[in-house]
Amino acid sequence: MHDVIVIGGGPAGASAAIYLQRSKLDVLLIMKDYGTLEKTQHIDNYWAFEDTMDGKELVEQGIAQAKRLGVLVKQEEVLNIENFNDFSVKTNKGEHHAKAVLLATGQTKPNLRVKGFREYTGKGISFCAICDGFIYRNKKIAVIGNRAFMSEELETLQNFTDDITVFTNGLDLEVEVDQPVNTEKITEIKGNDVVEKIVTENGEYKVDAIFIAMGTPSANDFALRIGAFTKNNNILVDDNFMTNVDGLFAAGDCIGGLLQIVKAASDGAHAAIAMNKYVRSLKK
Amino acid sequence: MPVHVTTDTFKEEVLESDVPVIVDFWAQWCRPCLMIAPVLEEIANEYDGKVKIAKVNVDEEGYLANQYRVSSIPTIYLFEDGEVKNQIIGLMRKEDLIKKLGI
Repeated sequence: MHDVIVIGGGPAGASAAIYLQRSKLDVLLIMKDYGTLEKTQHIDNYWAFEDTMDGKELVEQGIAQAKRLGVLVKQEEVLNIENFNDFSVKTNKGEHHAKAVLLATGQTKPNLRVKGFREYTGKGISFCAICDGFIYRNKKIAVIGNRAFMSEELETLQNFTDDITVFTNGLDLEVEVDQPVNTEKITEIKGNDVVEKIVTENGEYKVDAIFIAMGTPSANDFALRIGAFTKNNNILVDDNFMTNVDGLFAAGDCIGGLLQIVKAASDGAHAAIAMNKYVRSLKK
Repeated sequence: MPVHVTTDTFKEEVLESDVPVIVDFWAQWCRPCLMIAPVLEEIANEYDGKVKIAKVNVDEEGYLANQYRVSSIPTIYLFEDGEVKNQIIGLMRKEDLIKKLGI
């Protein structure tokens, strides 16, 4: 078991991992890609770089620095986080355990931008199979997604009904499933009080519920399953960067505020200091 | 203290209550439901005598959950004079919940 698992390898995650490592804690950093910075080619406002910096290069350097200082880094995709006595972090490659977890996964992006999406959220549109799957026992369920996160939700939903269709919303299916698959682009969600239909570019499909598991899970998806407070798509933390779930911390863009490298790095450092205290208090 | 309500007691405890009732539809397996429980207990203490908190276990009370079209949990209803005044879906902080419920 690790002392801390940091999820996310951007400025918040890497900075936190470095501070934690220097506090002599056992840290594992899990990252799946370069996040928002991968698409940011011109960074001119970060301190001490005379030349324009490329976002991806900065992330690479941050990870190289963390590795040099002894941080264990794994390139995996986190699919779920559970906490009972400790935290169990399930990825596409295995399971890791820690006493505390830092979410530094970047900003949660809006999910499915189609007509009816907001209206029926919570009225048949769900983001959590383990929470709401039971309500739809033996009903007709659609799961929207195309990757491992979708498979994860599918596995849970299979316990409740056999009538499941996977909708990829126009994307290629990247995992194998036994259920029928619809790859058409979704244009609208229709209903009457509650969800009744998915409308695609080619047709209409009757459903009782829609479970959203698009792309990879966001910080909000983790927060929802573990019971952490969020507001306006941001994770809520206290002055110590801890959520309302003991041992679960969050830093960087996923907690909102200024969406800048300098703030994310600062969050990471602050969170690391608080996490160090937290983990050491458990050892007593 | 929140009261646990069943199909049999719903009318008396909720619909015929003299004070507004916050009804929490929840289940044991639902993490956000477990995390909102202490929030509701705090509200119950703070609003003692002014607001009642009732809990409906959707696992045991499928009829009630169905009747009130609960499709995502936690779902929280505010009942006043036997009628639904407000509905909140999902986990949130105490201050946000109080504001959204309008109590």
